[in-house]
Amino acid sequence: MSATVTPDIDFPSPVPPAKSANYLTSRKGLLSWALTVDHKRIGLMYMVGVLSAYLLGGVFALALRAELINPEATFFADKTQAWNFYNQMFTLHGAVMVFLFIIPAIPAILGNFVLPIMLGAKDVAFPRMNLASFYLWLFGAIFFAYVLLKGILNTLFPGLESFWGPGGLETGWTFYTPYSTTTGNSAVVAATLGAFILGFSSILTGVNFIASIHMLRPKGMTWFRMPLLLWALYATSIIQILATPVLGITLLLLVAEKVLKVGIFDPNLNGDPVLYQHFFWFYSHPAVYIMILPAMGILSELISVHSRKHIFGYKFIALSSLAIAFIGFLVWGHHMFTSGQSPLANAIFSVLTFVVAVPSAIKTFNWVSTLYKANIRLCTPMVFALMTIFLFTIGGVTGLFLGCLNTDIHLHDTYFIVAHFHYVMMGSVLFAFLGGVYHWFPKMFGKMYNEAFGRFAAVIVFIGFNWTFFPQFIMGSQGMPRRYATYPEQFTSFHLNSTLGAFTMGLGIFLVLLSLAHALKWGRTAPSNPWGGNTLEWHTTSPPPTENFSYTPVADDPYDYSRWHYVSDEKGYRPLTDEEYAKLPDEYKGIHH
Amino acid sequence: MLDLPVYFLTQGWIVLPLIATTGKRFWMPEQASTYAGNIDFVFYFTYWASAIACVLIVAAMILMVIRYRRRPGHREQPSPAHSTALEMTWTLVPSVVFLMIFYWGFKGFLDIATPPDNAYEIHVTGSKWNWAFSYPNGAVSSELHLPVNTPVRLTLQSTDVIHSIFVPAFRMKKDLVPGRYNITWVEATKTGTFDLYCAEYCGTSHSEMITRAIVHEPGEFQAKITELANWLGTVTPVEAGARLYKEKGCITCHTIDGKAGTGPTFKNLFGTTDHELRDKTVTVDANYIRESIVTPGKEIVKGYQNQMPVLKVSDQEITAIIEFLKSISDKAPKPLEAWPTEGQNGQQQEAPPVVEEAKP
Repeated sequence: MSATVTPDIDFPSPVPPAKSANYLTSRKGLLSWALTVDHKRIGLMYMVGVLSAYLLGGVFALALRAELINPEATFFADKTQAWNFYNQMFTLHGAVMVFLFIIPAIPAILGNFVLPIMLGAKDVAFPRMNLASFYLWLFGAIFFAYVLLKGILNTLFPGLESFWGPGGLETGWTFYTPYSTTTGNSAVVAATLGAFILGFSSILTGVNFIASIHMLRPKGMTWFRMPLLLWALYATSIIQILATPVLGITLLLLVAEKVLKVGIFDPNLNGDPVLYQHFFWFYSHPAVYIMILPAMGILSELISVHSRKHIFGYKFIALSSLAIAFIGFLVWGHHMFTSGQSPLANAIFSVLTFVVAVPSAIKTFNWVSTLYKANIRLCTPMVFALMTIFLFTIGGVTGLFLGCLNTDIHLHDTYFIVAHFHYVMMGSVLFAFLGGVYHWFPKMFGKMYNEAFGRFAAVIVFIGFNWTFFPQFIMGSQGMPRRYATYPEQFTSFHLNSTLGAFTMGLGIFLVLLSLAHALKWGRTAPSNPWGGNTLEWHTTSPPPTENFSYTPVADDPYDYSRWHYVSDEKGYRPLTDEEYAKLPDEYKGIHH
Repeated sequence: MLDLPVYFLTQGWIVLPLIATTGKRFWMPEQASTYAGNIDFVFYFTYWASAIACVLIVAAMILMVIRYRRRPGHREQPSPAHSTALEMTWTLVPSVVFLMIFYWGFKGFLDIATPPDNAYEIHVTGSKWNWAFSYPNGAVSSELHLPVNTPVRLTLQSTDVIHSIFVPAFRMKKDLVPGRYNITWVEATKTGTFDLYCAEYCGTSHSEMITRAIVHEPGEFQAKITELANWLGTVTPVEAGARLYKEKGCITCHTIDGKAGTGPTFKNLFGTTDHELRDKTVTVDANYIRESIVTPGKEIVKGYQNQMPVLKVSDQEITAIIEFLKSISDKAPKPLEAWPTEGQNGQQQEAPPVVEEAKP
């Protein structure tokens, strides 16, 4: 494709505003944060909350991996206490990670911060509703905190349980019936109500993003001129608003059965346990696409910017996000192949599962193709992005074994499944999220992190992650069931490795957080455009002013880097003037679709 | 017609080294059922296809990162930002491979989901946290006994929550769902003992709901289930009670050494006169034990949850269990060891005549 620049793009150099006029410093005091409607501040508040939830979920993971270091009970002498504790740990790990961390993380933190700026807008379509979404998240989180506190206090003071009932959660994050509706061992009602409230946070964020993308695009930004992160967030938002209500209703039905003894899922009340699984997975499968689509959006941005090449296959990537969102609603039964579902239903879910795998494969090939004839900067975000492609490839191909009917019969409910979903949820979503955090950190805080520190932390997390989860594929296919507090001797070496890897990964995450904290305090000042990106957030200062731009930006091809020139003194990029641009050889002028 | 690739590959020399052995391999346990080989074939096909794809993708990534890394004098070069030909290729090739995997998986699954007509029937009941396998002759065992080279249909039911029967060596897995019957089947191809797990989380002792699938030669199998049907009458009540303590799953929740558990310990239980229930105090006698087994939720011991499942226990078995409980309690009345030689009035008594037991 020959290169021409649309001549009428106005390209003023962003004028750095006075220090007091960026969004962090413009207003002071606790109330200015608690009652803010600035999407950037809301994004930061989410970051503090969601990352705290992540660390809590991580502590549960380390506790359960410590229990599994050998077949004997680790923390308690009494076996019953040990197994009950383990069951609490794996349940709380799953529930906290899924509901409080991974579903909100990218949309609520990076999406909130970056989306309006990428749209050249002052804020999202409904800023007050955005704040409401945050408080709904916080309210749901408080329910989980209550459940947890109850469990801890009940353990410390044994008489307390007869006073206010059981605490904690030990049903598995999936709350399968009739176990969840009949167990008297944990605070199921409080936990499900917490998840119900969190659902609204997710739905309202989705509404906000859809409205923003429809209504607030600037001059020049047609749908196929949008950055791919926005396509990803758009597809995610559609899933959020259509699927989450189903989970909400399902959890309410669960509470109704438990509290009011309305018979829906419990066979003793003439209910059907498998009906619950259909309701639950109808949301929870699309939910995993809520998790992965934003991560894929980040990857498209990071790979392109740090290769200084136009993303390869823009239209295919954009449309594949929509395809995944749509087909993702049709595959939920692949979680239920052993439940007694009819062979016909099983076959339909299986073939659709293979269909939904195709767009993800297309994206992967397009990302890798973007690297061709590139100029690759191996900064921390790019390191995370490349690691994500590696981990997502493994996570994706292992999904093939599980979508396939006869191999899934053997692999279902084994550690193979645990490894698969950690490779896609953690290896892909978390790694892409961390890449995004490092990538937009200079824009958010006006500081640069230390590259060596960031890359080192990334490598430790990567090593720890693979050490934890790769052995789990092997022990899963060899027959090790999941959600087991103890296990046969033959699996000991796998579990030992997995536990050592988990603690290594914990160390790596700690180093990631340390590197970011270090940057906040001692990082050098960041330029407006450290990476030379062309999406609109790089057309304003780091950090941006509260209203995001001091002029009205006009959009260009988001992946055309030819207008930006590296200045080594600033360690950043500045836009070329028209004369400088005219002097470029023709082949270096922008690549457009 | 699509079976041709399957026939070629299973008979072909490329894949033969991977799947010809039925013993334990790196990824898979030994194959002990008729459909295990099929599952392993699809597994290894998917494995090699995936491995090749991963290697190609990662190699391309690494080579390009090295070749095009940022360095002084290096600059990005223009190249097309899209290619319909490439997109079509890398959409179609994976789609074809995926469809092959789907097809073989579906065919294999139909086999697993369709028990042969002449299958031998065994009923499986799962409870928290033990298994009960019932054989056509009335025998009940906590272990799954199977005749080799015979199709066996398993009818699965649960008394409480969802469990799942999983035998890795058979590649067999099916959920036990309360309120319905699920069916699965297996034809074991070699004798031996294989692990049998519960694969659906079911509470505290989910990870101890493990037993064994034992495959016998046909003659041995018959002898085994006959022994299982009749064993109760061949041992003393105390020995029977001790064995039932394990077979019926009491051992999962009740200890006999005094340690705490999900349920009260059996040590020194029988004969206790101040046994505290939630709303009253009782004496632990034979009637109390019987009631606790037959209607477990009626009276709950103070400090414990209402968790005991309803088990199928016959009257003879209950009697045996009571005798066993007496034998491990210091509060139970001591049984008569020998005929007393002094009567109440002090006169000498003769021992009663010994009656010769009729030989079977």
